[in-house]
Amino acid sequence: MKKSSIKSSLINLVVLIIVFGILIVLCEFDILSNYIRGILMVCCISIIMACSQNITVGYLGQIALGGAGFMGIGAYTAAIITKAMASANILVGEGVPDTLRFLIAILAGGILAAIFGVLVGIPALRLRGDYLAIITLGFGEIIRVVIQNLKFLGGKGFSEGSAGQALVGINRISNLYVVFWVMVICVALMYTFIRSKYGRAIIAIRNDDIAASASGLNITFYKVLAFTVSSFFAGVAGGIFAHYIGSLSAGSFGWLKSTEYVIMVVFGGMGSLTGSVIAAIVLTALPEALREFSDYRMLAYSVALIIVMIYRPTGLLGTYEVSVTRLINKILGKKEPSLHAIKAEVEASGTKEEEVVK
Amino acid sequence: MSDQLVTFVLQILNGLKIGSVYALVALGYTMVYGIIKLINFAHGDFIMVGSYALLYTMPIMVSMGMPAWMAVVIAIAICALVGITVEKVAYKPVRKKGNNMSALITAIAMSLFLENLAQTIFGAAPKPVGTIFSFPDMVFGEVKINGNTILTIIIGVSVMIALQFFVKNTKLGKSMRAVSEDGQAAVLMGINKNRTITMTFAIGSGLAAVASLMYCASYPQATPTIGAMLGLKAFVAAVLGGIGIIPGAMLGGIVIGLVESLSKAYIGDLTGGVITSAFSDAIVFGILIIVLLVKPSGILGKNVGEKV
Amino acid sequence: MNTPVLEAKHLGITFGGLKAVDDFNITINEGELVGLIGPNGAGKTTVFNLLTGVYQPTEGAFFLNGNKMNGKKMHEVVRAGIARTFQNIRLFKTMTVLENVKIAFEMDFKYKLAHAFFRLPKYWKDEKEIEEKAMDLLKIFNLESKADYIANNLPYGQQRKLEIARALATGMKLLLLDEPAAGMNPTETAELLSCINVIRERFGIAILLIEHDMSLVMKICERIVVIDYGVTIAKGLPKEIAENPKVIAAYLGADDDLEDEEDTKEGA
Repeated sequence: MKKSSIKSSLINLVVLIIVFGILIVLCEFDILSNYIRGILMVCCISIIMACSQNITVGYLGQIALGGAGFMGIGAYTAAIITKAMASANILVGEGVPDTLRFLIAILAGGILAAIFGVLVGIPALRLRGDYLAIITLGFGEIIRVVIQNLKFLGGKGFSEGSAGQALVGINRISNLYVVFWVMVICVALMYTFIRSKYGRAIIAIRNDDIAASASGLNITFYKVLAFTVSSFFAGVAGGIFAHYIGSLSAGSFGWLKSTEYVIMVVFGGMGSLTGSVIAAIVLTALPEALREFSDYRMLAYSVALIIVMIYRPTGLLGTYEVSVTRLINKILGKKEPSLHAIKAEVEASGTKEEEVVK
Repeated sequence: MSDQLVTFVLQILNGLKIGSVYALVALGYTMVYGIIKLINFAHGDFIMVGSYALLYTMPIMVSMGMPAWMAVVIAIAICALVGITVEKVAYKPVRKKGNNMSALITAIAMSLFLENLAQTIFGAAPKPVGTIFSFPDMVFGEVKINGNTILTIIIGVSVMIALQFFVKNTKLGKSMRAVSEDGQAAVLMGINKNRTITMTFAIGSGLAAVASLMYCASYPQATPTIGAMLGLKAFVAAVLGGIGIIPGAMLGGIVIGLVESLSKAYIGDLTGGVITSAFSDAIVFGILIIVLLVKPSGILGKNVGEKV
Repeated sequence: MNTPVLEAKHLGITFGGLKAVDDFNITINEGELVGLIGPNGAGKTTVFNLLTGVYQPTEGAFFLNGNKMNGKKMHEVVRAGIARTFQNIRLFKTMTVLENVKIAFEMDFKYKLAHAFFRLPKYWKDEKEIEEKAMDLLKIFNLESKADYIANNLPYGQQRKLEIARALATGMKLLLLDEPAAGMNPTETAELLSCINVIRERFGIAILLIEHDMSLVMKICERIVVIDYGVTIAKGLPKEIAENPKVIAAYLGADDDLEDEEDTKEGA
């Protein structure tokens, strides 16, 4: 293990613990209202979603518009699981923390979404570019319509369910502290994934898929893998969402929802996880802060998006990753370790010596 | 004629009606794709622009003593103007600087922009559009056919024939085909590419206005998102027929219209109630997926490989 | 006798009625350097595309160390041991020089998804080992000091070399070079030549080379195959090829009056 890598991991961990500490203090002393806590929760969900979409849109370079569909699969799966556990009295009652059920449910949501990711990805990823965007949109809409019309996924669920209705009565057992760390772990896992041979292969395929096959990479495998990993985390995000919001309607997982997350990816930078994190926070919190202008939210997004596309086609941060370690080094006046890579500004994956916060 | 047969004939006519709307919209997608290789996600929203234009110009027309449907002329002009503006303001600069992906994102953003702009201006609630035309119903024995349905089909077919004539026989139509075949070569042959692109947008958007007239004749409401699903399905139609191919868009539109109408009517019975008519959107997208997987270039398209 | 590294028998491909390559036969033995030449559009690159699984041959077959390679996809052919470079350089432009090479070590990476996600020791071990191997490879091409550069920022000649280094990283037995000296100045070409010699000595691999620079071909190739309009028109030692009237005719495009060419300096 590289020394510099351990060092920056530690720095990041320290930063996260400080952030978490602040969060605890703010919550325990009731400085944050429930409303603000809710926004923070949605921020965490958006961060996971934006990063997961970045894997396909940013790193693999393929516009997939079905993200919300997988989020929906995760949400419904997780909700159904906690509902089933509650009615069958599994892991419920004194001494068993809700969080255990919550974690099992979101993991299951992620896994089912990933399975669907494989099933959808294998046929869909034979196409690219515009066609891929359309076929993923099509799959996403099919997922939505099917969920909407499944009897056991509407109303109170299972035998009491009815098609075409929102699924209600989901235990609201998502806890902000837990969700914070789930989010951190998700982003960290996506980061390690991207900075491994898998991520390298995915970026290589975006660069030039013919050269990638000529280097011995099985393109189909890596594309489907990227799509699957992305679907998994979308599913996890959906699971959290279900247990935060308490009721689910299939209509909220349509392709417009997918585009919202793609917008976050584009703003943050296609190929920058930290960019996605920042964009997710800003684009979730800003409309809340400017509540009176909320009618103009999408209007402003769309205009901003077009401007970004005209002037910075790869997004605001491009592939640049924000790094606390680098920031500290800069403050201490240390020399930048991999200057060329950063200077070139094209692709920051060369900055392997540095870990990224969150 | 038995009742079943009557229903079937009516469903076919319904399918042809909505299919000709899809076909006109699909033409817009296909012409733009053919010429700049961009899925113009905002194209569906031109229908919305068209329907609001109709909504507000129809009373003026009527007050001036003209028939209400004449409003479509103004709607076509407005849509064409919006189409050209979208191309000049957003697509052209992005095309110059960005890649396919940024162009696609711009198109999605433009769609969001138009929908939200309409929502800001007109509000989210649906607004009723007055009666555009009332054609007398036709009666063949026991079968009563809605006159507007027939009229819609007739308008659709004649516009398509006119377009085909235009593209095949006029100078502008020929330059459109030339640019979509090989843009650079067309420029070398002295074709003004930018003007051709502008005209393509104008015509495509104008067709969307006609489509909105036809659509509003049956569903007389204007909403900010009227074009979203309609546009999506028309796009499916364009892909189905072979994107970039004009007869393909017409064929695809009609097929999607028929599939939708027939599946709504019969899928429940055919599958013993497992799949209900609520799945009809899913069926349309299912067709899209199958087409993309089996023959991505569409029914009338040619397969092209990548050069190494 | 040993099995040849590459053996192509009656290889051919038809594109919609057009025979792009017809009855192509070649045998390359271990350590050999064979040149493939022919006028523009003769079908040289198509031969490469056939030998690397980009196209599937419509006729004939080819064998790597006696194993039939028909029907394999590009990455499978590469993994079996045929690597190539491209006429128009195809690098992973936004990635660093080192990463470009590391990617091609695909076969040597043994760690699995879990190792990557959780950064288990195997991840660190593999990454470190392969980084060292990649640096070794870069040293051969004098690129080690540029390891952290973005590939796109390298000068043209070095991009060509990097592409060869990347091909070598796949651990191939046969290297196909598609016009490696195209667009290079004489110094760069000379440097490239010495690189090719070094890798031949070091790895003992066989090379099939497409090249337009005749002096280069004549200097380094042991045998030469000439094709024109997809048909093999000559095979032999460089000297024989240089004097072959068919070859001269193909290059100068004069079919009927061969005599005229006596005054003309041939391309070689």
